[in-house]
Amino acid sequence: MLPDMANPAPVTLVVGDEELLADRAVSSVVAAVRADDAGAEVHDLVGGKVEPGELTGLASPSLFGDRSVIVIRSAQDLSKDVIAEIVKYTAHPAEDTVLVLAHPGGVKGKALVDGVKKAGADVVTVSKLTKPAERLDFIKGEIKRAGRSITPSAAQALLDAVGSDLRELAAACGQLAFDTPGKGIDEAAVARYHRGRAEVSGFTIADLAIEGKLGEALEQLRWALATGVAPVLIVSALAGGLRSLAKIGGAPRNLRGGQLASHVGMPPWKIDRVKRQLTGWGQDGISRAMQAVAVADEQVKGGGTDPAYALERAVQVIVASRTGR
Amino acid sequence: MGVFEDLVGQDRAADVLRQAASAAADALAGGRGAGMTHAWLFTGPPGSGRSDAARAFAAALLCPDQGCGHCDSCHQVEVGSHPDLTWVRPEGLSYSARQTRDLVLKGAGAPTLGRWRIVLFEDADRATEAAANALLKAIEEPPPRTVWLLCAPSPDDMIVTIRSRCRVVTLRTPSAEAVAHVLATRDGVPDDMAWFAAQAAQGDIGRARRLALDEEVRRRREEVLSIPASLTGVGECIAAAERLVKTSAEDADAATATLNEAETAELRRVYGEGSSGKGLGKGLVRGGAGALKELETLQKSRATRIKRDSIDVALLDLVAYYRDVLAVQLGAGVELANEDRRREVESLAAGSTPEDTLRRTEAIMVCRERLAANVNPQIAVEAMTLVLRDPRVSR
Repeated sequence: MLPDMANPAPVTLVVGDEELLADRAVSSVVAAVRADDAGAEVHDLVGGKVEPGELTGLASPSLFGDRSVIVIRSAQDLSKDVIAEIVKYTAHPAEDTVLVLAHPGGVKGKALVDGVKKAGADVVTVSKLTKPAERLDFIKGEIKRAGRSITPSAAQALLDAVGSDLRELAAACGQLAFDTPGKGIDEAAVARYHRGRAEVSGFTIADLAIEGKLGEALEQLRWALATGVAPVLIVSALAGGLRSLAKIGGAPRNLRGGQLASHVGMPPWKIDRVKRQLTGWGQDGISRAMQAVAVADEQVKGGGTDPAYALERAVQVIVASRTGR
Repeated sequence: MGVFEDLVGQDRAADVLRQAASAAADALAGGRGAGMTHAWLFTGPPGSGRSDAARAFAAALLCPDQGCGHCDSCHQVEVGSHPDLTWVRPEGLSYSARQTRDLVLKGAGAPTLGRWRIVLFEDADRATEAAANALLKAIEEPPPRTVWLLCAPSPDDMIVTIRSRCRVVTLRTPSAEAVAHVLATRDGVPDDMAWFAAQAAQGDIGRARRLALDEEVRRRREEVLSIPASLTGVGECIAAAERLVKTSAEDADAATATLNEAETAELRRVYGEGSSGKGLGKGLVRGGAGALKELETLQKSRATRIKRDSIDVALLDLVAYYRDVLAVQLGAGVELANEDRRREVESLAAGSTPEDTLRRTEAIMVCRERLAANVNPQIAVEAMTLVLRDPRVSR
């Protein structure tokens, strides 16, 4: 993913909205040039402030034949004239100059991305990591860069504790590699420095409440509200959890596996989980719990004064409804 | 007289309006015009014909013959093209203060044809509080020839300062006989079908007409009325709620899809898309993206309203069903709205107590309130069907 270290292209375009990776791509180019010539000059510019003609000025060969690197960040803010200038320059780049453009992707300033690509620039794409597996790979890669290794369960524990922000993950990985002795990093080592859960989703709360763990559910609820999860999402997760209970609990007994999955419209892995959760739940209990969720939704949408209270009350009623067979 | 004849079962209101129309003619001729006033509020339950009454009154005011029903002016009012009649029908969830100010401006002009300038505001209860406040000055002291006609389900739906500035015309729920008679004579519906539709619609003429004329509407009603008997377990309650919400979403899609597309294409054209010629860009001119976004918001609000209205129709059918159950339980000698399901109603009545029935009705009403308060439709309807299954859970 990172550009060729030894020999950077005359023009490199870094496209993507993952800031950390974009920064890394940019600095690796700069580092490569510096490695070649420690005296290379670096011009760090911000897109919105680049004047027409500035690039041409900076890129023109100097009398002493010094190398230079021009970095333009936030390239989406470049004006139309400058974009035209850059595209023209990309087609015939200067010999001693390396140009790096960082663009966050998206529609703004798209002319630059298209034009520079067409003119033959090196393109590095850094997109946001959305899947948990990608983040785990990222952690493994970070640790490996530090010359160490990490067990899968330890990586998962670290991800749970730190959250999904790559900058924080990278910092945590660096710190771990520095703090722990030996080669491998295991779960115990992670647990020594990190514990708990950084991000709580509504589904976690719903699962805990449905499984009757009142204390934990309330704890996670407070945590979720404190970290800015929207109350509406929590209500809909609670409703979703109860809905699954009702669907599976009410499905005909003779349905199995795939048939059951298509009858209730849920993936098989979810069905197994809901089936385990069903113990302790009866029809009346589910009905009562749903009433509490409806009240909570109304209060969260402006019918009440305190969304946090409405949610806590809903969680309590759900847990209390569970005893009913 | 012509225009008032279409009002079904509203003789008292029609008399008041007729007198006012002749007083208005008197005022135009230079008389005192006692009995005419410049702001009217038409109230009555859904389907009682509020906007019909207001339109008839507008026709009577604008017609040189006080509503003959066959002159040019009357026809123009009928099809909504009369230059002196501004007809407002809010399509979205609410009517904003900005829109109201535009309306006030329109209402301030002099009549083009020399009689009256009329603003007919249907569903005025959709006006937000700020919008209603923007109206106050205009309806208290309009220009001498301007008349405001507001429609709302009940006087309580309007803020008190509007109410006190208007003369209220109250329409009653027309009797089933009257509705059936209208369906049979005006729409040529066979007698037994007209009677069925009038009974089922509980006095809502528009709904009765749709029921009598549209097979699909009747099928939908059957589907809704089969819900109470189908609620044997919580799984079924969830499934019934899911179906109800899904059907309403389909209704909204069907009603808005083509409309949205046409509106968007028109707006794009206005902002210069696809223009040809020297010096013209192919894309939207400045401001186009913003205008498109605004239109999208309006369209979304309209779709939400259609969705809610569609669920509301179903809920009202259910209310009528439990009303029948209660009537049987209490031995009241009234006609059942669901005569076709008498046996089912009777067995439900025998198997539950009147308290249960009231709790169920209450649950439906709570569901309506929740929908209006923007609660997730699925959650609101699920909570309702679960109470319908077993009213004890509502405590």
